[in-house]
Amino acid sequence: MSTYIVNLVTVRLLIAALTLLIVSFAVFFATAMLPGDTATILLGQAATPEAVAGLRTAMHLDEPALVRFLHWLSGLLSGDLGTSYVNNVAVADLIGGRFVNTMRLAGITTLISVPLALTLGITAAMFQGSLYDRIVTIFTIGVISIPEFVVATSAVLVFSVYLKWLPALSIASDVTSIWQILKIYAMPVISLTFVVSAQMIRMTRAAVIDTINTPYVETALLKGASRPRMVLRHALPNAVGPIVNAVALSLSYLVGGVIIVETIFNYPGIAKLMVDGVSTRDLPLIQSCAMIFCFGYLTLITLADIVAILANPRLR
Amino acid sequence: MENLAEIRDLKVEATTDSGRRVEIIKGVSLDVAPGEMVALIGESGSGKTTIALTLLGHARTGCRISGGSVRVAGKDMVALTERERASVRGTSVSYVPQSAAASFNPAKRIIDQVIEVTRIHRLMPPDEARQKAVELFRALSLPDPEHIGSRYPHQVSGGQLQRLAAAMALIGDPKLVIFDEPTTALDVTTQIEVLRAFKSVMKKGGIAGVYVSHDLAVVAQIADRIVVLRGGEVQEVGTTADILSRAEHPYTRELLAAFEPKRRVDDDAAAQERKPLLEVSGLLAGYGPVQPDGLPMVRAVQEASLRVEKGRNLGIIGESGCGKSTLARAIAGILPASAGRLVFDGQELPRSARSRTRDQLRELQIVFQYADTALNPAKSIEDIIGRPLNFYHGMKGKARDIRIDQLLDMVKLPKALRHRRPAELSGGQKQRVNFARALAAEPKLILCDEITSALDTVVAAAVIDLLKELQRELSLSYIFISHDLSVVEAICDEIVVMYDGRKVEEITPAQLKTPKHPYSKLLFSSVPKLDPSWLDSLQLDKELVREYGHR
Amino acid sequence: MTPSSTLSQKFGYSFNWIGMIGLSIILFWATIALIAPHIVPHPVGEIVDEDYFGPMSNELWLGSDYLGRDMLSRVLMGARYTVGISLAAVSIACFCGVVLGMTAAVVGGWFDTVLSRVLDAMNSIPSKLSGLVVVAAVGSSISVLVVTLAVIYTPGAYRFARALAVNINTMDFITVARTRGEGIFYMIGSEILPNIIGPILADLGIRFVFVVLLLSGLSFLGLGVQPPYADWGALVHENVGGLPFGAPAVIVPSLAIASLTISVNLLIDNLPKKIRDRSA
Repeated sequence: MSTYIVNLVTVRLLIAALTLLIVSFAVFFATAMLPGDTATILLGQAATPEAVAGLRTAMHLDEPALVRFLHWLSGLLSGDLGTSYVNNVAVADLIGGRFVNTMRLAGITTLISVPLALTLGITAAMFQGSLYDRIVTIFTIGVISIPEFVVATSAVLVFSVYLKWLPALSIASDVTSIWQILKIYAMPVISLTFVVSAQMIRMTRAAVIDTINTPYVETALLKGASRPRMVLRHALPNAVGPIVNAVALSLSYLVGGVIIVETIFNYPGIAKLMVDGVSTRDLPLIQSCAMIFCFGYLTLITLADIVAILANPRLR
Repeated sequence: MENLAEIRDLKVEATTDSGRRVEIIKGVSLDVAPGEMVALIGESGSGKTTIALTLLGHARTGCRISGGSVRVAGKDMVALTERERASVRGTSVSYVPQSAAASFNPAKRIIDQVIEVTRIHRLMPPDEARQKAVELFRALSLPDPEHIGSRYPHQVSGGQLQRLAAAMALIGDPKLVIFDEPTTALDVTTQIEVLRAFKSVMKKGGIAGVYVSHDLAVVAQIADRIVVLRGGEVQEVGTTADILSRAEHPYTRELLAAFEPKRRVDDDAAAQERKPLLEVSGLLAGYGPVQPDGLPMVRAVQEASLRVEKGRNLGIIGESGCGKSTLARAIAGILPASAGRLVFDGQELPRSARSRTRDQLRELQIVFQYADTALNPAKSIEDIIGRPLNFYHGMKGKARDIRIDQLLDMVKLPKALRHRRPAELSGGQKQRVNFARALAAEPKLILCDEITSALDTVVAAAVIDLLKELQRELSLSYIFISHDLSVVEAICDEIVVMYDGRKVEEITPAQLKTPKHPYSKLLFSSVPKLDPSWLDSLQLDKELVREYGHR
Repeated sequence: MTPSSTLSQKFGYSFNWIGMIGLSIILFWATIALIAPHIVPHPVGEIVDEDYFGPMSNELWLGSDYLGRDMLSRVLMGARYTVGISLAAVSIACFCGVVLGMTAAVVGGWFDTVLSRVLDAMNSIPSKLSGLVVVAAVGSSISVLVVTLAVIYTPGAYRFARALAVNINTMDFITVARTRGEGIFYMIGSEILPNIIGPILADLGIRFVFVVLLLSGLSFLGLGVQPPYADWGALVHENVGGLPFGAPAVIVPSLAIASLTISVNLLIDNLPKKIRDRSA
């Protein structure tokens, strides 16, 4: 049986690698669709034809697209993310410290939202149909239905404008105490937690309810098991796969959320860097940031799939 | 003697899709004495399972006990609080589910689930409980009783799981055990072992039981009294002997009559030289990747040869997994055979349906077991039957309408049904529509794959009668695939017995009493009879059971 | 069964009040989107208030924006862009997704494998990221936005439709139709589609919400609908400076988005149910 599991996991990893390849292809060619000539755009209309031709050769723009793609891909794999069009700095240097910032934001959000969402999702399923369940459900539908920036701006309105508890911007200049750090992270983390948890609660609740409606949970009920025992001992172990998937999928909302939240709170992370890059059409920067996010997302999903395989008792 | 369980004027309501309440149990009263086995028998929808579950104080989602009382061991299950009910479940009254395979938690070891009752109710220390479980396993004649518990549910066969479910129900020393169709999903050769095990354990422990079933012959073996239900009401109550021999209620008589197969009378049994309609020789079919020798990895059917004559019927019988349905699919070309020849009406038939001509497809129709999935739920009956008319015969407008009415008439359905959708029809009606669609093609041969298995006994008998009648009128031939000997016996001229993908014997209904092949002997002798002493007096060859029983 | 003459009974459907509220709000915004140019009190580009971020008043019901323009007019016109672009994008996405999904399910084999693999890979690029990448490359005219949003949500629609169609495809009535000799167009259009149309429409609604959220998000970042046009997201973007004052100019468009998306979700969770037991 264990070789079977190893095979399944290997297949998952291969699929993830193939997907990453297709994704990088898509990202590269989406940015290469740029109408007009990149060299002309970069140098401006006034540039001499010689200068344009020189730049074209320097940027390998006269080579076929497929060759450029392979160049770019091998660069990525060896850690060479290219050079920014805008200020001629290596993209890797631009990303460096900001990557850590974004990871920190995502990490703190994960640490708070996962336990919170699992608790709410599982208890809502346990007391399905109760007032508590209904309140949780209405709340999650509400949060899921509104854009992240509305969540974030509402948070600013409530905590900064009306209550004046927290600063509206994350300016990391005078960090002197834990209290200060807390203040800096509080708003972005609160906003992101809302966005991510709502999805996670909804999907966790659905996964647990699915397993509650099975004959073996009814059997447990008819053995005299209490409701918490039914859910925790019988439904939950079988819902691990779907729940892990729910967690991974919801955490992927971090990507969308982080883009908005970093912009609103002026947080120095790579999402903000990327949004700025879009305004200045700094393609190498955008490509690299996009690949980092896609890689993160794929890692999460693949990890969840593997956990689900390992948690399946039928494969033991 | 005081009754162990007393149900008085029980009413159960169900809430429908539109939020309307419907009474599904309409004032039922019945008693169970200590140590007595009472059977609840009836068709699907008769409310037998709903009533049985109220003995545990349970109503499924959407249902509610709306009136009456259910006293078990002196407590009214209806009036108890949820917590009090939980304390009774597993200790005073326990439950053996219909499908043990679905009722065991796939994520936990069997032994932990079997002794969970003792854990929940703090009856005894875990080691003692495990000891007791092993004794129960032994009493239920499970193989390797010491270690079977340490497996996971998916590692154990269906017949064993069903007995393990009984052990799970018995571990808390209940006074009453509810059996909910516990052998319905099993093959006949497996069913015997399970029934015997149940019977001996219950007798030995002097435990009372309520046995829910649709099968009179099974119930006859195990019950002291029988309660006949229909539409949520009690029709007749009596001792097993009374019900079997002196049934008063017409519905009970109908149930009994459906059991007596009416042998098909071959009109001109003089048997002048018959022309062959379908000849299958050396057929091999299966699934999975193709191996170097050009054959599939899993060979579900091997070396199958058979012959259907014009106007005569062939039955194919065998237990689940014997390859009978694969054989039907190979003949129909749905699963193209990997080797072998098919000759239909003197013409070589391509193995795959894709390469057959429209006429070849038309002349050989297949009818599936579940009318629910065989009829497109989004279409009206008229469209379902009309499509082959249009497709094969180019019929349109008025001509098509007239023909649809004729076909509905042939399968004895009212014309008013033509605008309905399948979901608005009963199971028997759906199967008739399913059959009418095949008839619309005007075929020469109809493959019937377990077409009566999903139907209630009485309804199935009526469908079989219809099939016989149509055969006389339309000079059709059938290939009848079934696990149910009585059905095949009722309609077929030749019977092929299959085991493990191979044809083991071919006999006529007249020879059924004297099969030659050992597997046929085992199979035929395992079919329950209405005689209550059948199970106890049955002597099965241990060697045979070991060799062929799936368990 | 007691004879009843209520509307829902007559049509054989039951429809609860939460669903009806959702439906009426959706219809309200749809109507606004259609007739907005005829009912705006002021031209959208005209500066009518000397103050900026003006409060609600009798003249300007929803106050004024960062340039002193009438917010009510701008929100009403914004409905056109938000509803119009999203609806166009989601219709294209669902049409392509459903047709490809059903075809893949019926045809099977390598066609299905390759298509599924590629579209699944596309699906694993977070939507906001794809939006940013495309906008960076080709800009954000309204037609580009529609096509981009449609492409982003096609893989999801495909996956959903394919899963449904694969389930139907295992049914015996499909086998019956196949052995009858039916062609692929009949299989897709007549046997499969009628059985999955309900869930497909519900999915279209959910996907519409996703599109509205993504479009608003892009516009909020200043990368979606560009001036002089403005959808609700762009209205929040241009007036975000009013946030510290709690100006209606930033709150109202946010509420407009929320009212639309929440209504769609409520409607989908409370769709009319067919009463199946009429004759029972």
